[in-house]
Amino acid sequence: MTLYVLRRLASIVVVLVLISVIIFVAIHVLPGSAATLILGEYATPDALRTLERQMGLDRPLLAQYGAWVGDVLTGRWGDSLAMKQPVASVVALRLKNSATLAAAALVIVGCVAIPLGTAAALARGSLLDLAIVTATYVGISVPEFVTGMGLLLVLAGPSVGWFPTGGYADLSTGALAWVRHLALPTATLAIVLMAHVVRQTRSGLADVLGAPYIRTARLKGASERRVIVRHALRNGLVPTITVLALDLGYLMGGIVVVEEVFAYPGMGRLIIYAVQNRDVPLLQMCVLIVAAVYTLANFAADLLYAWLDPRIRYR
Amino acid sequence: MTPVPPVLDIYGLSVHFETRDGPLHVLRDVSLSVSPQETFGLAGESGSGKTTLGYAIMRALPGPARLTAGEIRFEGEDLLAKGPDELRRIRGRRIAMVYQDPRSALNPTMTVGQQVGEVLEIHDRAAPRAARARANELLDLVGIADPAGVARRYPHQLSGGMQQRVVIAMALACGPSLLIMDEPTTGLDVTTQARILELVADLKRRVRAAIVYISHDLAVIAQVSDRVGILYAGELVETAPAARLFRRPAHPYTLGLLGALPDLDGLHGLTPIPGSLPALTRLPHGCVFAPRCRFVEPACEAEIPPVARVTADHEAKCLRWPVVLDAPLAPSVPAAPRRRAESRGLMLIAERLVRHHGGAGPIARRLSLGPPPVRAVDGVSLEVQRDEVLALVGESGCGKSTLGRVIVRLLPPTAGAVRFLDRASGAEVTDDALVRRNAQIVFQHPDSSLNPMKRVGKTLGRPLALLGIKGGQRGRRLRELLRDVRLDASYVDRLPRELSGGEKQRVAIARALAMRPAFIVLDEPVSALDVSTQASIVRLLVDLRDTLGASYLLISHDLSLVRHVAHRVAVMYLGKLVEVGTVGEIFRPPSHPYTRALLAAVPRPDPTAPRAAVRLEGAVPSPQHPPSGCRFHTRCPVKVGRICEEVEPPFVRASDTHQIACHIPLDVLRREAPVLVAAPAAGGLGVAPPEEGRS
Amino acid sequence: MSDRPPALVIGSTILAVMVAVSLLAPWIAPYAATEQHILKRLERPSPAYLLGTDQYGRDLLSRTLMGGRTALLLGVGAVLLGLAVGVPVGLAAGYFGGRADDAIMRIVDAMLSFPSLLLALLIITALGASTAHALAAIGIANVPGIARIVRGNTLALREAEFVLAARARGEGHVYVMFGEILPNVLPAIVVETTIRVGFAMLAAASLSFLGLGVQPPTADWGLMIREARQYVFLSPWPLVAPGVALSLTIIGLNLFGDGLRDRLGGGS
Repeated sequence: MTLYVLRRLASIVVVLVLISVIIFVAIHVLPGSAATLILGEYATPDALRTLERQMGLDRPLLAQYGAWVGDVLTGRWGDSLAMKQPVASVVALRLKNSATLAAAALVIVGCVAIPLGTAAALARGSLLDLAIVTATYVGISVPEFVTGMGLLLVLAGPSVGWFPTGGYADLSTGALAWVRHLALPTATLAIVLMAHVVRQTRSGLADVLGAPYIRTARLKGASERRVIVRHALRNGLVPTITVLALDLGYLMGGIVVVEEVFAYPGMGRLIIYAVQNRDVPLLQMCVLIVAAVYTLANFAADLLYAWLDPRIRYR
Repeated sequence: MTPVPPVLDIYGLSVHFETRDGPLHVLRDVSLSVSPQETFGLAGESGSGKTTLGYAIMRALPGPARLTAGEIRFEGEDLLAKGPDELRRIRGRRIAMVYQDPRSALNPTMTVGQQVGEVLEIHDRAAPRAARARANELLDLVGIADPAGVARRYPHQLSGGMQQRVVIAMALACGPSLLIMDEPTTGLDVTTQARILELVADLKRRVRAAIVYISHDLAVIAQVSDRVGILYAGELVETAPAARLFRRPAHPYTLGLLGALPDLDGLHGLTPIPGSLPALTRLPHGCVFAPRCRFVEPACEAEIPPVARVTADHEAKCLRWPVVLDAPLAPSVPAAPRRRAESRGLMLIAERLVRHHGGAGPIARRLSLGPPPVRAVDGVSLEVQRDEVLALVGESGCGKSTLGRVIVRLLPPTAGAVRFLDRASGAEVTDDALVRRNAQIVFQHPDSSLNPMKRVGKTLGRPLALLGIKGGQRGRRLRELLRDVRLDASYVDRLPRELSGGEKQRVAIARALAMRPAFIVLDEPVSALDVSTQASIVRLLVDLRDTLGASYLLISHDLSLVRHVAHRVAVMYLGKLVEVGTVGEIFRPPSHPYTRALLAAVPRPDPTAPRAAVRLEGAVPSPQHPPSGCRFHTRCPVKVGRICEEVEPPFVRASDTHQIACHIPLDVLRREAPVLVAAPAAGGLGVAPPEEGRS
Repeated sequence: MSDRPPALVIGSTILAVMVAVSLLAPWIAPYAATEQHILKRLERPSPAYLLGTDQYGRDLLSRTLMGGRTALLLGVGAVLLGLAVGVPVGLAAGYFGGRADDAIMRIVDAMLSFPSLLLALLIITALGASTAHALAAIGIANVPGIARIVRGNTLALREAEFVLAARARGEGHVYVMFGEILPNVLPAIVVETTIRVGFAMLAAASLSFLGLGVQPPTADWGLMIREARQYVFLSPWPLVAPGVALSLTIIGLNLFGDGLRDRLGGGS
């Protein structure tokens, strides 16, 4: 098992390095140098050259990359060009907000989606199953911004006004306000995520229920309850639990859009802002952080899976 | 004396499957009964419905299956009338099942002890600790050493043989009166199978259960059963005591099966049954076997024959049974291939071939991280002569398939070389393309040996295209090839999924023949086929070899087949050859201890054949960590001593053509009693085949 | 399979309708998509404007119909780009194995470590926002996923006996990859493609919603929803029309893809 962990760790490190390379390449190598991005297409060649020298963009690419990586690792994350503040402090605040949103969505999803998916798998072919499956199709197909705007329209409009149309209220201003601002974005995220998780739980458990060892358990005379709880769930939930961690990927894609819809001040909105303002230092760091979080979540999921599955734990 | 009521009494059972094209009548009007403590062997080829019957008894038919008629009585009680709760109380406690694939039948996330103990928790309401203790006792009962240690392990950590023992322990936990064993040894090695069969025989004496033993392997059925039933295409065509059935069968299908089975003595078998299994959607009007029967009469095709009583305990569903009873077991037309008078000289030399694969890269190995390589072939030298059939035998994991693939250049050797020699000059052929064209390979699994997306014509056309044959000539060659393998020209347009297993294998053979090779590696060419198909494919291969004048390397685990078809045999164990000799020499002493064990383990289709008890303990060591010295020493029943553990045995010549790699002196080996004793004469002897086939 | 066949039927029906309507849009739309009727802004549905009008008085029905074309173009185009690069890469990685495979898969894993929308955002940042760049960005974001599936299938087939038979004949690598292996990977590719078109459309719409994809005044569902945002409390129709159209299309694609998967037994 330790060998497995070490190998995965080495793999993760390589992936993180590659991620940084990809980000670097996307920004600095693709057509339109970073300086042009910042100053726009109508900048004069002189201005471009001055800026390039200032930002160290005239050094060889490898050196620039090395410098950037060095800076990242030592905490010198630079300053945001558009916001005129250190990237680190901006990111810290926004990260906290996004994390709150993500955590809220995950909690709801975990509590609701797994039982729903299990129920659907156990009641395969029934009306309940059909209803759940239909709902998941809708859930994964309707884009987050449509759902979000729909919720806005219905629940936050001037006529109804139960929820604000956007923004964020810190916990310090009162729990109710905090919840009211979180509610709609969380709901939007949760809907899509739930649809994915329900589908995965359902199909994973359905696969397990068709396995030969389930038949063995039944032919041992086990009651249906024992078959489901002791045999099916135990095997079926192992991949499901780990899948929750992997769904962070969907979450992070969706979060960008949801934050935009609700003007929620999180990492997603920060990234959009950076893109729109061509704020290279900010953008680089934000994307790197998000990708790193996702990678580490995958790694944690791998470890959890390995720990739970005896076939990997005991070779 | 009042007759003892049967444990199991099935009457008129019919089962069909609902499919999109209509009902599939998988079982029709099956009646049989099993007495207490009797072992009833249910034999049938694939598609005969035997597994369905097993699950029907357990009332565990899969979704689309429907039981349409009949009764199943267990210890006098009507099983079909029972509700789910009653059935649950019966399953696992009074009727238990042993499965075909133990690895998938066990829950991968529960320890073995937990799973065995669970049966007791369910039926005896045992507390977990008591259940676990009893589980250890059961594991001991089924012959597992260190039961407490094994009980704490997970299924994937055990070998196939051990897993099956665990499943058997689970089945025996509550002392059932009926045990249903569904192909329990299929997929296990011959030597492992022999030990499981021994276990079953031992348990029969100790545990007083009746057994329904389901298998496609008639030889295994002969070994374990008291009574035998033969299933054909969903109908039970004959039931009789085992000794009687294998001596004087009363149904033409049984007769045909026994004629098709190659027997280890080399005297009987390999006579194919003409025709093929009927499609279950288009069954013949009268007797289901009539289209393939050599005793058929018009009355047979008019309606389904009633079950005839041949004697008090022997029944057959045939109108012509008196004639069948007296028919000799089909004389074995010898299958052993002839060699041409002018064939001489070597075709191929393999020198100290080594093939390792897997294993960590050099960095990891330096740091002792990562697994060692699998030493599949670890120093094999052999020669194949012109025009001969050299058989390479061994159990799974010995490296024989890998060796075959290295020889045809599918895999590069890690060390050593293979040299092909020109027929005329004897010099080495160095042109790679020429070598490849002349050395072809036929694989084991007909389902994967043909590209599922290509029609037969395309598959066969490709090698022809490589030879530069185009246009009209290609069409002609195609039809010739199909004719060679006895397939109609219309097969050109068919897709593999429209073909049966035997037909697919024929196409694979035609593909190998297309380039007119001088040498063909046959890697288990018939083991995935039914018995009746095996015989016809083997005969085809032998006839083709005659016409082609090619040499074969026949890779097989089936010693009976080898006995009939090969000229010389090489026995392989864990990457090395342990014995090489002519077919006559191999099957008689002096023998390497492993060869002896293999011969003893092969089941014979004759319940009365005496069996030499040569038992191999332990499991095959992993090819990643082969034992030092003689690789066989960890399991050798006649190990000499430390020399076997430290020094690799040299090849000792027992004759010009016979070598054995063993430390035991040759004259000691010569004096051992032969494993194969001729069975008492069956009804009609075959013509003895030409033994050595020396030119 | 009692709960599946309907999926294929319903899905293909929806799809067929949406595709037909989108392709025929220029002929069946009552107005030009960019035609403004300033006096009729934000109107409710009426006989003249069947779905109402948007903030510039443009007919929503026409814009929705034309938006379908853009969505189709982006969805299908992006996936085709992904296939063009992903299939050969996956085939090569799976077939050759070894160091090349390791290297390729590391890069694939790294690319998959980005939520695909972020990857597309990165690329848009570098290239600038436009329809063509959105297509390229989403296409590139699809490459690693497709490569991984193709590689998985190729790995499984590499040791299939008919492949070995071809190699034993001395067939070259290119023939074995494209002549023997690829035909057997096709069913999985087809299933994957149909599902990805749906997600590509979703991604394209998201990019346009963020202002980073299709630019005004082109009619595009995502863009229309973005524009509808300011006025959503004045009139819901500029949101509802494209929102429903987009959702329906993607539902249709997902149903169709799943139904196809069950029929063909594809996937990795």
